[in-house]
Amino acid sequence: MSFKDNIPDEQVERARLYAEQDPELNEALRDFRLSVHAWSEAVYVRPRAVVEHAQRRIWRLATGWALGCVLVAGGAFGGFYGHLHRQQAAGWEHHPQETGIHETSAVKLEQPAVVQRVQQTHNEEEDLLAKVDSDVSRQVPAAMEPLAQLMAGDETR
Amino acid sequence: MSIATAQENAAQEFSAVVAKHRMQIFRFLLSSTRDVDLAETLTQDCFLKAHRNWSSFRGESSAMTWLMRIAINLQKDHWRNRRMQFWRQTQLHSVDLNEASDWLPSGERSAEEQLLARERVGQVGAAVKGLSERQRTVFLLRYVEEMELSEIARATGLNEGTVKAHLSRAVAKVRAELGGKR
Repeated sequence: MSFKDNIPDEQVERARLYAEQDPELNEALRDFRLSVHAWSEAVYVRPRAVVEHAQRRIWRLATGWALGCVLVAGGAFGGFYGHLHRQQAAGWEHHPQETGIHETSAVKLEQPAVVQRVQQTHNEEEDLLAKVDSDVSRQVPAAMEPLAQLMAGDETR
Repeated sequence: MSIATAQENAAQEFSAVVAKHRMQIFRFLLSSTRDVDLAETLTQDCFLKAHRNWSSFRGESSAMTWLMRIAINLQKDHWRNRRMQFWRQTQLHSVDLNEASDWLPSGERSAEEQLLARERVGQVGAAVKGLSERQRTVFLLRYVEEMELSEIARATGLNEGTVKAHLSRAVAKVRAELGGKR
């Protein structure tokens, strides 16, 4: 049911006629019409902001291209990386010794300094242990001789 | 008469119709949508659609009424469109109908009368903005485009009684706006 069904036709007509007979309302409506006519004509003939739209379009195009390039480059790099990875995996499966050799040579090539440092640390540790051993194996003082003999006896037993 | 001549005549007729009614259609769409870009786009679409269907126009109503009906339908479709709902929410390019009051011809009024008239026009604009879509369409067709009720009924696809009811409600709201701020 539309709202019109609630309003009798005579009442509608009376309201319309009243509106058209109200001089102040009539004047306001006439002024409104004149304003809208003048305004729309002014808008209709005004120069269009084509440059702005063109610039916006260029920016949109450039952004689109840039994003597209990034996507394509990312896809290509990902594909290439995946391909390389698969190739490596296949190589390890088919030639395990060869890859072992490659690995060793790579380690050799990459880590001479590390190896040297490890060697040096190892040597230092060896020296320290030797020093400790020599300290421990010093001759027991004469006053401690009976006790040392007692401990030696315990060990032999 | 050859087909080529008939086509040429139809094209000339249509060009004359465009020249005569383009401004009116644009004005209606501008005051209705309050969006310059949208009004221009819809005006273009309206004449494009009219051109495609020109051969089916039988002249049962005036060309203006027929064009107005196309414009109203296009506007309705546009608002129904989801993209347009977003547009309606943001209204990036929308202009205020009150802007129209700046264009009020001064006539032979004093400065004070002009100021009052502008204020009244602004109030009418505010009231029109608050109308429902259908009330606004009927109101604009009647009081801006000065169409007869029977023409409005044909253009909107409503019966004349419904048009009167919408118009009455719209006028009551405008009067209330004017009365409330008097």
